[in-house]
Amino acid sequence: MSEALIPAGAVVAVAATGRQKLYRRVLKNPMAVVSLVILALVVLSAVFAGQITGWDPGRADLNDALAPPFGEHLLGADASGRDVLARLFFGARVSLIGALIALATALAIGIPTGLIAGYFQGWFDSLSSWFASLLMAMPGLIVVLALISVIGPGMVGVMVTFGALLSPGVFRLTRSGVVSVRRELYIDAAKVSGLSDYRIISRHVLGVIRAPLVIQASMIAGIAIVLQAGLEFLGVGDSSTASWGQMLSEAFSNIYVAPTMILWPGLIIGLTVGSLAIFGAALRDTVQGAEPVRRVRRRKPSSVEDTATRRLDLSTAATAAVVSPRNGGQEDLEPNDALLVVRDLQVGYPQPDGSTTIVVDGVSLHVDRGEVLGLVGESGSGKSQTAFSILGLLPDTGAIIGGSISFAGRTIASADGAAHGAAALRGRQFGYIPQEPMSNLDPSFTLGFQLVEPMRQILGLSRPAAKAKALELLDRVGIADPRRTFDAYPHEVSGGMAQRVLIAGAVACDPELLIADEPTTALDVTVQAEVLDLLRGLQRERSMGMIMVTHNFGVLADICDRVAVMQAGRLVEQADALELFDDPHNPYTRMLLSSTLENTEPRSARSAQPVSSRGTAR
Amino acid sequence: MTDVASVAEQPLLTISGLEVEFPVKGWRRAPFKALKGVSLDILPGETMGLVGESGSGKTTIGRAVLGLAPITGGSITFDGRDTTRLSRAARRALSADIQVVFQDPYTSLNPAMTIGDILAEPLLTSGIARVAARDRIRELLDLVNLPSDAADRLPREFSGGQRQRVAIARALALRPRLVVCDEPVSALDLSTQARVLDLFIDIQEKTGVAYLFVSHDLSVVRHISHRVAVMYRGEIVETGDAATVTGAPEHPYTQRLLMAAPVPHPTRQAARRSERHALLASQQVSDAARETVR
Amino acid sequence: MAIFLLRRLGAAVVLVFVIATMTFLLMSMTGGDPARNILGDGATVEQVAAKSAELGLDQPLAVRYVDWLGAAITGDFGRSWFTNEPVMTSLANKFPVSLSVVVTAILVTALLSAVLGVTAAVKRGWIDRFVQMFAVLGFALPNFWVALILVTVFAVNLKILPATGFVPFATDPVRWLLGLILPVGALVVGTIASTAQQVRGATIDVLRQDYVRTLRSRGISHRSLLFRHVLRNAAPPALTVLSLQFVGLLGGAIIIEKIFALPGIGSLAVNATLQGDLPQILGLVVVMVVLVVIVNLVIDLLTGWLNPKARVS
Repeated sequence: MSEALIPAGAVVAVAATGRQKLYRRVLKNPMAVVSLVILALVVLSAVFAGQITGWDPGRADLNDALAPPFGEHLLGADASGRDVLARLFFGARVSLIGALIALATALAIGIPTGLIAGYFQGWFDSLSSWFASLLMAMPGLIVVLALISVIGPGMVGVMVTFGALLSPGVFRLTRSGVVSVRRELYIDAAKVSGLSDYRIISRHVLGVIRAPLVIQASMIAGIAIVLQAGLEFLGVGDSSTASWGQMLSEAFSNIYVAPTMILWPGLIIGLTVGSLAIFGAALRDTVQGAEPVRRVRRRKPSSVEDTATRRLDLSTAATAAVVSPRNGGQEDLEPNDALLVVRDLQVGYPQPDGSTTIVVDGVSLHVDRGEVLGLVGESGSGKSQTAFSILGLLPDTGAIIGGSISFAGRTIASADGAAHGAAALRGRQFGYIPQEPMSNLDPSFTLGFQLVEPMRQILGLSRPAAKAKALELLDRVGIADPRRTFDAYPHEVSGGMAQRVLIAGAVACDPELLIADEPTTALDVTVQAEVLDLLRGLQRERSMGMIMVTHNFGVLADICDRVAVMQAGRLVEQADALELFDDPHNPYTRMLLSSTLENTEPRSARSAQPVSSRGTAR
Repeated sequence: MTDVASVAEQPLLTISGLEVEFPVKGWRRAPFKALKGVSLDILPGETMGLVGESGSGKTTIGRAVLGLAPITGGSITFDGRDTTRLSRAARRALSADIQVVFQDPYTSLNPAMTIGDILAEPLLTSGIARVAARDRIRELLDLVNLPSDAADRLPREFSGGQRQRVAIARALALRPRLVVCDEPVSALDLSTQARVLDLFIDIQEKTGVAYLFVSHDLSVVRHISHRVAVMYRGEIVETGDAATVTGAPEHPYTQRLLMAAPVPHPTRQAARRSERHALLASQQVSDAARETVR
Repeated sequence: MAIFLLRRLGAAVVLVFVIATMTFLLMSMTGGDPARNILGDGATVEQVAAKSAELGLDQPLAVRYVDWLGAAITGDFGRSWFTNEPVMTSLANKFPVSLSVVVTAILVTALLSAVLGVTAAVKRGWIDRFVQMFAVLGFALPNFWVALILVTVFAVNLKILPATGFVPFATDPVRWLLGLILPVGALVVGTIASTAQQVRGATIDVLRQDYVRTLRSRGISHRSLLFRHVLRNAAPPALTVLSLQFVGLLGGAIIIEKIFALPGIGSLAVNATLQGDLPQILGLVVVMVVLVVIVNLVIDLLTGWLNPKARVS
């Protein structure tokens, strides 16, 4: 009786899909169609059982006892001489009606309670959640057995009880779905628009949990069929009508005489329940395969997933990206002792339809020892993808499909995949600072452990030596109480602190190249200033090369020696920082720079007074 | 505050001594005080910028005005009416006057509804006929510079900036007199951000709506606000004319905030950085001095 | 951690108490006359009345409840109405058999699911498709039917494993183990199918986390990444599923025991049910719930130990 059949993620993902479209897409899934056809056949055979077989399932004829299949009886007859096929078809009625009763009960209990608990929370939520875990701790079969001794073996009562015992699954699913939707801003917007709770639930909440509920319902129907068959097999069910479980029980008593008799009821149970499961799985795949809701965290302009799903129209990108003359001469700019050289890098994501979405297209750049290169662009420009290509940490679905990357004169990555140098350099020569401090620390380990582990593996330090070095690093990155932070778990520190710890981790094994992917974007502006000071200090004292990926021109101006501007996967301009800010050549760079609000007059100075006349409004 | 306009006109919204507490999970834990007695007023047609760092309580003020935060003290008056604790029904009546644009254009629109349905929702709820609603939707899409065929499409077909335009259109649907803007441009790309800000200003000049504009970004607030309030740990530490607060602030925290924002030019940023270091040093000195006096 | 433990313990005691009370009330409030059932239709009215008095059934419900509860707390569930054997004695005889099956099944499930699920998540390819297909198959085939097939193949046709019987571990460990192979095999098909699927999902989720990428950027070895970081973070959801499986297995064992003629709680439960043997059923339910609660408690503690955040909330 497992309830947790649906991953929680499914609930949220459905939100992205329109309803009609979803069901149409499900019908395109061959697995879903096959399972639906099988289910339809089972239902039809149950409804027209009499007409199809022509045998009375209860008519016993001892002359026909254990008659072999494919004779007068298509699937043979049982020990009492009753037609097996007829009993299978009539048994389907019991199973299907029973499953329906259990399902209806589970939904009738689970959905309303889940909606109320999830939407209004408070005491009802605590009480019903507690009651759900109570029901889940009950050994279902024993409870039903106990109940049968009280109310008798009637099918309806038994299946209602099963439904009640299975309802916590529906309750939890509904509740968690509602809770996750409730946090969505569009619910707040609906409240502000004056919608009543009833309309919010019916319009905004139910639509989201519908698909997961259908999946859960198919599972519950399957479980109910199996449970019911189990009870009948034990001989405590209703014995007056033919049923699958009863047939199995009788086959079991004749197992040494006619072993094939156990085959048919088992197969039809398997087929029915399997179809339900496959339908559920197909629906889940359709839902999860849908474009996921793009979740934007605070001030987050890009992430790997975003750019991966973005389909770039390269023809327009090419015309838009007017490559400035400076970029053309970059090969000449490239000094011989460059730390990192990227040549004509192309990164692509192969699509199911055979095409490839190119997210980085022909990017060439270099970083010298002790130099800070800024990589700037808007979301989808491919700047993070370029950084991850250098680190060798592109998602599994993406790959370098053109160009090469070399570090200290050695090729570490190329399109043919011959060079896998990045893996050996990570942690040793490459340090990486991520954007979101919290999600980049393993929540199950102390901060200290996460600092010590790479130092022991890579530098081969002993545990005390590594700890001493970690404490030293924590002190260097400006943490007031290194010892306490060392023993703390990620959820116990603030975002700014977590980012300092991540910076400490990035430089722990003395890398020569630091790659920082929007390292201050998730931080408050005062913390950002401190972190920039810290990064500048570390970079200078260790004379590391550094790539600073950012969308913020202020950050760029603060720390970068040279700047490369990216647009739609291409590099449009590359220049010394001062030169770029003073005299941007590329129109896109100029547009970006003019979008910064830095030099605009404050509004109060522009228009001395607010607009006091209400005009035509209202 | 000695503005000519503020003397002449009654404030549209007055917040005085507002306190908000959030219960903390766990047994017998003291609730978290998000706002500790905040006072603020907004004139008709005015933009009041509200700036502060994460956790300063700036978003909570906006939510309290919208009736989405648990108010434990103080009062909110809108157009002379006390709206501190309203029933759901009374709050619904107020929804025509006070609206909202949220930060995240990806979760503030129901992904399963078309743009037309999203815009129709507040209209139909307030009892406007379907035909009239359709006209109004066309008007609104035009106002926020979206094509009129946008109504039949789903949010996921639009970029972040376009979605935010939809959210703005929804907020304006009932011709509100105040819109609470909760970081409405911070999830947008730089170039989009500038265009959406100009849209906000344009709409204000056309309709005379007032904004409570919440942002962490001093330069954004400076661009759009007539007056600015600075929040720090649940309190307003400085209020005043936007040019003054964002140009020559008095409160040490606002000074730190201003100096921390990097300037998009290498030499000027280097100058700003040393200014900031000097400021921090002087503030530390004065802090130390205050400590010794005590 | 101590507070976390105490709170979970307190909740567990309340849970057992509530379920016991509910079961008692439900079973005591039925219309039938237990004394008449026990003595049969031939008994006189006086005999029935005497039996009622003997069983304490003439007392008010509240008194009977308090009496039963008072005794139950000390571990005395009374005597069976039909065999007159102390309930505790019959439970003590039967439970070791059922627990042999269920505990072995849960251990096998945990081990194989972890291996299958993690491999499927990391390697993908054919093993991933196998785990997915197996999940549907294991869900669709009732475990008692699988048991019947196993009996037919291995016991009836091949005759390499015993079809019936139970040998206590103390008597002969080898025959104990041989006797367990088929029942446990039948039970674990379904549990492995769904647990492996959950482990796979949880592992894939963890592999997608930002911190895994960051750990890789630090040059952490693949093995340490997988076995230390990924497994630890993927374990809590898998453990939750395992605790649900335990509840399901207790029920499944009842049916399986009938097929393999194992002298466990299965036959006891069925007989007590058919006869309406109140003390026997009550004892059975309470002991089962206590077992479930203990397993849940262990898994809660394990989760709390694995995930520092869970300890706080």
